[in-house]
Amino acid sequence: MAEAAAITAEQVKHLAELARIAMTDVELERMAGEIDTILSHVARVSEVATDEVPATSHPIPLSNVLREDVVGTSLSAEQALSGAPAQDQGKFLVPQILGEE
Amino acid sequence: MGEQNSPNSTGAADRDLTSLTAAQLAAGLTAGEYSSTEVTRAHLDRIEATEAQIGSFITVTPDAALAAAADVDRRRAAGEELHPYAGVPVALKDLVVTQGIRTTAGSKILEDWVPPYDATVYAKIRAAGLPVLGKTNLDEFAMGSTTEHSAFHVTRNPWDTDTVPGGSSGGAASAAAAFQAPLSVGTDTGGSVRQPAAFTGTVGVKPTYGSVSRYGIIAMASSLDQVGPIGRTVADAAALHQLMAGHDPHDSTSLREPVPDFLAAAAAGTREGSLKGRRLGVVKQIMSDGCASGVAAAFDRVLALAEAAGAEIVEVDMPSLSYALDAYYLLMPSEVSSNLARYDGMRFGLRVEPETGPVTAETVMAATRAAGFGSEIKRRILLGTYALSAGYYDAYYGSAQKVRTLVQRDFAAAFEQADVLVSPTAATTALPFGEEESGDPMALYVGDSSTIPANLAGIPGMSLPAGLAEGMPVGFQLLAPAREDARLYEVGAAVEALVSADRGGPVWQSAPTQYSSEAAAATATNA
Amino acid sequence: MKYQDAVAKYDPVLGIEVHVELGTATKMFDAAPNTFGGGPNENTTPASLGLPGALPSVNGKAVEYAVRIGLALGCEIAESCRFARKNYFYPDVPKNFQTSQYDEPIAFDGQIDVELEDGTIVPVQIERAHMEEDAGKNTHVGGAAGRIHGAEHSLVDYNRAGVPLVEIVTRPIEGAGERAPEVAAAYVRTLRDIFRALDVSEARMEQGNVRADINVSLRESPDAPLGTRTETKNVNSFRSIERAVRFEVARQADVLDAGEAVVQETRHFHEDTGGTSPGRPKSDADDYRYFPEPDLVPVAPPREWVEEIRAALPELPAARRRRLLGEWGIGELEMRDIINAGLLDQVEATVAAGAGPDAARKWWMGEIARLAKQSEVSPEALATPEAVAELQQLVEAGKLNDKLARKVLAGVAEGRGMPAEVMAADGLEIVQDDGALEAAVEAALADNPDVVEKIRGGKMQAIGALMGPIMKATRGQADAGKARELILAKING
Repeated sequence: MAEAAAITAEQVKHLAELARIAMTDVELERMAGEIDTILSHVARVSEVATDEVPATSHPIPLSNVLREDVVGTSLSAEQALSGAPAQDQGKFLVPQILGEE
Repeated sequence: MGEQNSPNSTGAADRDLTSLTAAQLAAGLTAGEYSSTEVTRAHLDRIEATEAQIGSFITVTPDAALAAAADVDRRRAAGEELHPYAGVPVALKDLVVTQGIRTTAGSKILEDWVPPYDATVYAKIRAAGLPVLGKTNLDEFAMGSTTEHSAFHVTRNPWDTDTVPGGSSGGAASAAAAFQAPLSVGTDTGGSVRQPAAFTGTVGVKPTYGSVSRYGIIAMASSLDQVGPIGRTVADAAALHQLMAGHDPHDSTSLREPVPDFLAAAAAGTREGSLKGRRLGVVKQIMSDGCASGVAAAFDRVLALAEAAGAEIVEVDMPSLSYALDAYYLLMPSEVSSNLARYDGMRFGLRVEPETGPVTAETVMAATRAAGFGSEIKRRILLGTYALSAGYYDAYYGSAQKVRTLVQRDFAAAFEQADVLVSPTAATTALPFGEEESGDPMALYVGDSSTIPANLAGIPGMSLPAGLAEGMPVGFQLLAPAREDARLYEVGAAVEALVSADRGGPVWQSAPTQYSSEAAAATATNA
Repeated sequence: MKYQDAVAKYDPVLGIEVHVELGTATKMFDAAPNTFGGGPNENTTPASLGLPGALPSVNGKAVEYAVRIGLALGCEIAESCRFARKNYFYPDVPKNFQTSQYDEPIAFDGQIDVELEDGTIVPVQIERAHMEEDAGKNTHVGGAAGRIHGAEHSLVDYNRAGVPLVEIVTRPIEGAGERAPEVAAAYVRTLRDIFRALDVSEARMEQGNVRADINVSLRESPDAPLGTRTETKNVNSFRSIERAVRFEVARQADVLDAGEAVVQETRHFHEDTGGTSPGRPKSDADDYRYFPEPDLVPVAPPREWVEEIRAALPELPAARRRRLLGEWGIGELEMRDIINAGLLDQVEATVAAGAGPDAARKWWMGEIARLAKQSEVSPEALATPEAVAELQQLVEAGKLNDKLARKVLAGVAEGRGMPAEVMAADGLEIVQDDGALEAAVEAALADNPDVVEKIRGGKMQAIGALMGPIMKATRGQADAGKARELILAKING
């Protein structure tokens, strides 16, 4: 059984960075407590998840659902951009991307 | 069946169109007793008169609804062949993507998003000629079971406006219960159709996974989400399910086989003696023990009625179900963390710049998500991010997927012993507002424990009214094997008839139609 | 440190990841057109734009192409495989996850032979080949510094988002020694040729159809454990690949000699300097949280289908090249020129239509290539292999000389018919009438007694001086061989 170690605010900060959510220290502390509570309950799944039990990712098993390679209806550029918070020259305008060459 | 459900029982002159079932409306429209425009207008009027007290809708679309109704009326007058339910209005949970009509998912992050495409379900509904009255309220991104987590306003339970309608399809269920719409489209990821149906005295179905296309349904947890119908009767839910079901090449998980005849199944269930020899399995792990006494009493009463009607009651043991809730609260947040990554303020929806520091794509994404998501969403995203991260995947996500296998095995074994499994849909009747602010997030999640197993296993489930407890509706849940949705409609219609006969009328007809003005004031401040 | 010193002291190990864009009609997971060019954001659907509610659907043709590639690389094809989500936030990734394959690639455990210029064969082990989708394109726009209007920003075009990719990952390539740069480039070139032979991609490096990420590490000796590697991203020409490897080997040797550790990181290659510079360091921020894509179901290529694809595979470039080198008896360099010009199919078909290999190569690589360049069309648009073979037959039958044949070819290129038709229409056939030729020869002999003397004296090359006047008199239609015979007969007779 995986006994989850207590989740720290520091760990939650890392999770929030991975999930791209800005959070204050107060929020981080609160979330750490809540997530810790939940994890301490749900960690019991590993009690019964033995090696001989296969994983199920899809509730109804299907396979080989393939599409024919035929062009369908596309959005017009105008439709594609219709929800854009900002646009320029037919493209989505986004803030400066760090790490971009 | 009771006289009330017979299509032509109500004279054209003295009826209130909003009190009719969808089946009655369909029959009346076909017979030319009234027009779709009249029916649609009656429902729009009802919405206008009651919406301040109930708050079912985020967006009402009267112009589009009346235009669709007029189109159906014109086509009917021209003698065109129409879908049997053409002209019967419907409400859509605001998780269904509708081109040209804003679609919010109950979230600030999509507050002003007007989609450039249609969900398959919406396209089918329009093609069948059902006027869409509007988009109903929900917990943000369908995460919650009270509809209090909507970023817009709360929705009140028409049976008692001091209580919640359940959730996340609370708006859809309350619209049906408050006679604002005869039919509603909801979605069910862990009980989000069945639990609000239970709380509002309506019938809600979670179809077999893949029965209804998910294309254009804003995803919460892809392997658990399923679109489901809500109506006031089993037959109405069957009709809406029938209309929405079928293979969709846009959804790779959608079932390929032909859609069974759900309406015929519902009709078969109302025949005398249809329950004879049917084995109803009571699941030990979701028995009525942990339920409120009124809920347990109502559930037991239905079992007694069924037994008297010839059904066999068996007890089944499903040990894995004690882990189902835990598995759900790992799998669901994991998928949520990935599905909700796209809400970043780059391509659509809200964009928020950070108040301090540099403005980069990264900081704008983080500020947008901080401002646009409610705390329940953030909590689940972080939990899922954790469960999927390196070093934890096997213990959490991996183990949860294995529990899913065990749950499926237990269901397979249970359905050897029983034709359908039965339980109370929820442990209580509708709770007062604010009940969940207890501090322990897990305490709230436990409320979903009877509905979640069906989503993990992909099997169909239905909630229908078992009766009332202290004046509030109690839900009776039926579960059937995958692809056996028709069995739910058959047994469900039989149970519905038993309950109706037992109480001298269907539960939904006992619903109040006038709501207190105190509630109105409270809703107004909330909105 | 100089490269030579670096490889004398350290043993370089390579690892190469190649992405190839598949030439399908539609994208990997939606039915938007997979086309190059067009206006920005014109080739998207709700799925490739990552709109709320949109769902992916797998392009069956892309799966077939991936199987083709896997088989051509000697890989096993998975009995069943699935897609996974690779989660990371970046504005050109519409869903903020890339749909890829993780623990279950469609193809794995392959090997190909890479042939170097001198004929040395280097076997390269293929770890896996998997399917995934491309990202959109960012254009950086500068601006005044600051937080407000006019600040630096980027513009994103999602036309490329969702274009089908196959990523091919090698196992560590060991034992290349000082030839590591050459091996790296030859490997990518071999893949490029395979993609073209399989007809799964145009495989144009300059358009980014094929992109290589080059991992380099050094170790003290071939027995030592693998060193820390760097990954130089998106190196997009063979020459750049060689330069990038050379640079990294020398740079890492310097780092190690200074007693420091090589930092595991991604690096960028700079065409102008031939150097690389650090990108983001690999850190635990790169936690991609892979999990099975719940919106897609497993792909289980039926064995019969895989065998059908295997049976229909074209002859692969290396085997074909070896076969043709033997059959044609031409040199490696000539062969490379033909391949690089993309004319191997044409030359082979021309030989099949009856022309000799040298002649076939000469026509395609010479006059036809020249005409094509002149009119900015592809050579194969100007002539068919059958036409070229017929042209060569007319030459060999003595009906055309080289100069006339080029005139005829020009007519063929203009679409005026097959060579025999053009020749007849333009009256270009070499004069076979002995009377006219004899008269021209006699006139030339009479006009040039000094030349005649030289020939009598045994200076056979002087005959050339008579050919000019003879050709002039016959308007170029004289058969040079015949004229030479007549000259000798008259002088010696």
